[in-house]
Amino acid sequence: MVPAPLVTPETLPVVAETAHAVNPWVALAYLASGVLFILALRGLSSPATSRAGNRYGMIGMAIAVMTTLVTHFPWIFPDAAKCAQIRNSNTDGSTFMFDGPGPCGYMSYPDWASAGEILAAIAIGAVIGLTTARRIAMTAMPQLVAAFHSLVGLAAVLVGAAAFLDPAAFGIVERITPIAEPTILRILPQSRIEMALGVAIGAITFSGSVIAFLKLAGTMSGKPIILPVRHLLNLTILLGILGLTAAFAFVDPAPAWMFWTLLVLAFAVGFLLIIPIGGADMPVVVSMLNSYSGWAAAAMGFTLHNTAMIVTGALVGSSGAILSYIMCRAMNRSFLSVIAGGFGAEAIAGGEAKEQRPYKQGSAEDAAFILEQAEKVIIIPGYGMAVAQAQHALREMADKLKAHGVDVKYAIHPVAGRMPGHMNVLLAEAQVPYDEVFELEDINSEFAQADVAFIIGANDVVNPAAKTDKSSPIYGMPVFDVEKAKQVFFIKRSMGGVGYAGVDNDVFYMDQTMMLLADAKKMVEDIVKALD
Amino acid sequence: MDFISILSIFVLACFVGYYVVWSVTPALHTPLMAVTNAISSVIIVGALIAAAAAGVPGAKWLGLAAIVLASVNIFGGFAVTARMLKMYQKKER
Repeated sequence: MVPAPLVTPETLPVVAETAHAVNPWVALAYLASGVLFILALRGLSSPATSRAGNRYGMIGMAIAVMTTLVTHFPWIFPDAAKCAQIRNSNTDGSTFMFDGPGPCGYMSYPDWASAGEILAAIAIGAVIGLTTARRIAMTAMPQLVAAFHSLVGLAAVLVGAAAFLDPAAFGIVERITPIAEPTILRILPQSRIEMALGVAIGAITFSGSVIAFLKLAGTMSGKPIILPVRHLLNLTILLGILGLTAAFAFVDPAPAWMFWTLLVLAFAVGFLLIIPIGGADMPVVVSMLNSYSGWAAAAMGFTLHNTAMIVTGALVGSSGAILSYIMCRAMNRSFLSVIAGGFGAEAIAGGEAKEQRPYKQGSAEDAAFILEQAEKVIIIPGYGMAVAQAQHALREMADKLKAHGVDVKYAIHPVAGRMPGHMNVLLAEAQVPYDEVFELEDINSEFAQADVAFIIGANDVVNPAAKTDKSSPIYGMPVFDVEKAKQVFFIKRSMGGVGYAGVDNDVFYMDQTMMLLADAKKMVEDIVKALD
Repeated sequence: MDFISILSIFVLACFVGYYVVWSVTPALHTPLMAVTNAISSVIIVGALIAAAAAGVPGAKWLGLAAIVLASVNIFGGFAVTARMLKMYQKKER
C-alpha cells in the first residue's frame, strides 16, 4: 500500500528522522532504562541481590513508559494548551501535521488515542497480568512463560503493522516528490527491512509460543507431530520470508500484499517449527522463544531508533540463546537436532518389546526405615515431582530426616522439568533453603559417600546408559552417578513407563535399588508418616 | 542517530548480555526467563507511539491493543518474578 498523502507540501517541513529522540534528555532517559535493565539481570547472580534487581527492572520500565508518554503525548507536554488551541482552530480536522520536535510532538491528525484510552489499555493489561501472576501455580510456570512470550511476539507484530500503516507517526518516511503535487511519502528502505524482520520474528515468536503453551499446558499432546517433508517445507517458507523482506525493502512503492504475506508466512513457520518438538525438549523451546522475543523487540528498536528497546532486545536475545545452549549441552544434543524435532517419537514404537527383568519393590515403611539410619541422603527431583505436586511433602520428609541427624541435599539436573530452573523454583516454593540445592557438577562426586540416592520423578537424568551405551539416544548426556550410592530409591508411578527418551533404565534392576511404585506425593507422604 | 551508532549500541549490548547472563546462577533461571519477559515488553514504547501519533485510525487501535498485551506482560512478568524471588531463602538459623 502506498501511504496516502498526509499533508499539503507547505505545511510539511523537510522530513528527517523525526520521531527519533532528538532531545538529548529523552535519549538519556531511554539509555538510563537500558542500564537499569542490565542491572536487573545482574541482580540475578545470587538470590540475595535478585529482588533489588527486579526493582531496577521495574524502575527502568517506568522510566521508558513515562519518557514516551511525555514526548509523544501533547497533553502531558507543558504546551498542551497551545496544541489544543491550534487543533481547535483547524476546522476540517484533517489537513495539518506537526512534525519535528515541536510542542505538540508528532501528531499527524487530531485523532490520537486519548489519555483515557491509553490509561484504560494499561489498566486492563495490569489487572490481567497481576491477577495471573498472583494466582498461577508454581508448577504451571513453564506454560505461563510461554504465554508471556506469545504476548511479546504479538505486540511486536501489532507495533510493526501500525508502523507500516502509519509510517509518518514513527518518523520513518521520506518524501519522494519534493516539489511536485501530490506529495508522496514512502517508508525508508532501511526501516522497511527492520520492520519486516521485526514482524516476522514477532509472528514466529507468537505462533511458536502458542504451540509451546498448548503442549506444556497439556491441552495438546506433548508427542512430536511429524509432517512429511517438513524440513523442506520450513526451509522454503523461511527463504520465502527472506525473499519477501528483500523485495519489500527495494520495490517502490512497496506493495502491501508483500507485508501481509510475509506476516502470514511467519505465523505459519512458527507453528510448523514447534509442532514436531517433543515434551522433553520443551526447556530448549521455551528458552529459544525467549530469545526470539528479545530479537523481535530489538528489531522494533532499530525501526524506532530507541536505545531502551535495542539494549533490552540484545539482553533478552542473548539470555535466551545462552539458556538454549545450556539446555542443549545438558542433553548432549546439538541445537539443530532439537529444532529438527522428532525426539522421543521413535521410542513410542520401539519401547514395547523389552523383556521382563527382575527388580525389587519396597514399601514406604521399608524406605523410611533405611532413610532414618542413613547419614547422607541426596534427593533427585524431576518433572514427575512437579506433576504430582510432591515438593511440599518432600520438604517435610527432609525436615524429619534432618531431625534424625541425616544430611539431606538436593541435586538438580539442568534439564529437570520443563524449563530452565523449574525444579529450583518448586523447591523454593516448598521452602527448601537454596543452600541445600546443588547443581549437577557440584554434587556428582558426592554420590560415592551417599547412603541413599532418592529419585523422585526423574528418569533419564540418572540413566547410566548415557555413559556406557553408545547406541542409546541419550548417550553422552551428563547424568547423576546414582549407581555409586549405597542404596537407590526410585519413586515411579509404575514399571511400565520409561523416560521421555524412551529408553530402559538399568538403575531399576540394580541390587541396591528399591523401586517405590506409587504416586510421588502419596509415597512421600507415606514415608513421612512412617518416619514418626 | 544513524544506523552505525544504533548497530554499535546493539552489538555492545549483546556482549553485555552475554557476560551478565552467564553470571546468573542456574537456580534462578526460571526467574531470569520471567524477568527477561517483563523487560522485553519495553516494546510498549512502540505501542504508545503508535497509539499516540496515529494518523490512520487502524494504527491507533493496533497501538492500543499492543499496549494491553505489553502491559499484561510488564505487570505479570515483574509480579511473578517478585513472587518467585521472595520464595528463595537461606537456611534459617
